[in-house]
Amino acid sequence: MSAPFAFTLALGDDALIAAQRLAEWSTRAPEMEEDIALANIALDQLGAARLLLTYAGELEGAGRDEDALAFLRDDREFRNCLLVELPNGDFAVTMAKLLALSAYQLPLYTALAGCADERLAAIGGKARKESAYHLDHAALWVKRLGDGTEESHRRMQAGVDQVWPYVHELFAAQPEAPIDPATLRGDFDATVAAVLAEATLAVPQSGWAPAGGRDGVHTEHLSYLLAEMQVLHRAHPGARW
Amino acid sequence: MSNALAAVAAVVDPEIRVVTIADLGILRSVEEDPGTGRVVVTITPTYTGCPAMDVIRADIRRALAAAGHVDAEVHTVHSPAWSTDWITDAGRAKLAAAGIAPPAPVRRDGVVPLTLSVRCPRCGSPETEQLSQFGSTACKALWRCRACSEPFDQVKAL
Repeated sequence: MSAPFAFTLALGDDALIAAQRLAEWSTRAPEMEEDIALANIALDQLGAARLLLTYAGELEGAGRDEDALAFLRDDREFRNCLLVELPNGDFAVTMAKLLALSAYQLPLYTALAGCADERLAAIGGKARKESAYHLDHAALWVKRLGDGTEESHRRMQAGVDQVWPYVHELFAAQPEAPIDPATLRGDFDATVAAVLAEATLAVPQSGWAPAGGRDGVHTEHLSYLLAEMQVLHRAHPGARW
Repeated sequence: MSNALAAVAAVVDPEIRVVTIADLGILRSVEEDPGTGRVVVTITPTYTGCPAMDVIRADIRRALAAAGHVDAEVHTVHSPAWSTDWITDAGRAKLAAAGIAPPAPVRRDGVVPLTLSVRCPRCGSPETEQLSQFGSTACKALWRCRACSEPFDQVKAL
């Protein structure tokens, strides 16, 4: 697997799996505005996923298009980080996940916008504007819940604590990739620390750091997500409407 | 304006039907090969996941065919990324007339602007509040006017 292909596939898978998880909130969010917001963010992630997976297919050169990559791979062939496949949990956990994801994707896409690869630069230039809105949305909720009632504070802190072990995988060094994710950690830490401070929440201690997503070794949750996401395409190959 | 350009420029956005794709800045170019008559249209999406793109492509082909151009191709480009600054003055006026607040200018440092005062498109009052940064389509936010109590959409700066 070439470095640009592996890198582009991993980014596309991050966005695709995040989109699928966020879409699970449709009709279940705590209020209608939030339902619409999460569906919108899911749609942005899906848009980025389609561009990235289409390009990954071209880089691979084996004739796989976005649909073949999204619907016809099994869990061991997915390269997304573990963070995005974790179950949604309660709303606080979802917001902790979205904060982590967008605080990673924003500097990533911003760096991509200036990289030498023209296609990745175009995708980064487009997606970073949307990521800024995602980060803003997650930060608003983390602050509101963290600096809210005793109960909302407790649950927001629990959400951040639950998600934190999974953020380290995002920044594993990939020196040969178009952008080395390790270079994004400082930006991520500064963004998250500022949001958590304003939310009166503690930055968790870093310890256990599960990984494996980039090598196709996932949690048990991914298979169930893929089963739901892929069933229609696999039952009716090439289905259109 | 060529016949092909006029036909494509008049295509209406499928989700905000008061403005055309030219008004929104989605339409980037229309080129007609003088020899073969083949028309190549280039468009750019507002948001990466904009679900209206397929309909827009189909509408462009239909408009060109109706204007006598059956040999047409629609390309989609993502760079430079669409910005709400590309919405024309005419487009902004049409949005406002339809009760949709036009976007504020995008800040040049790339940071998402926190618009302090969006005027209510119905009564003109600056006493408005944002209900949600995400509205009925990917490109709109949801606001409410405190003066006339009407909720309204705003095209958010991007």
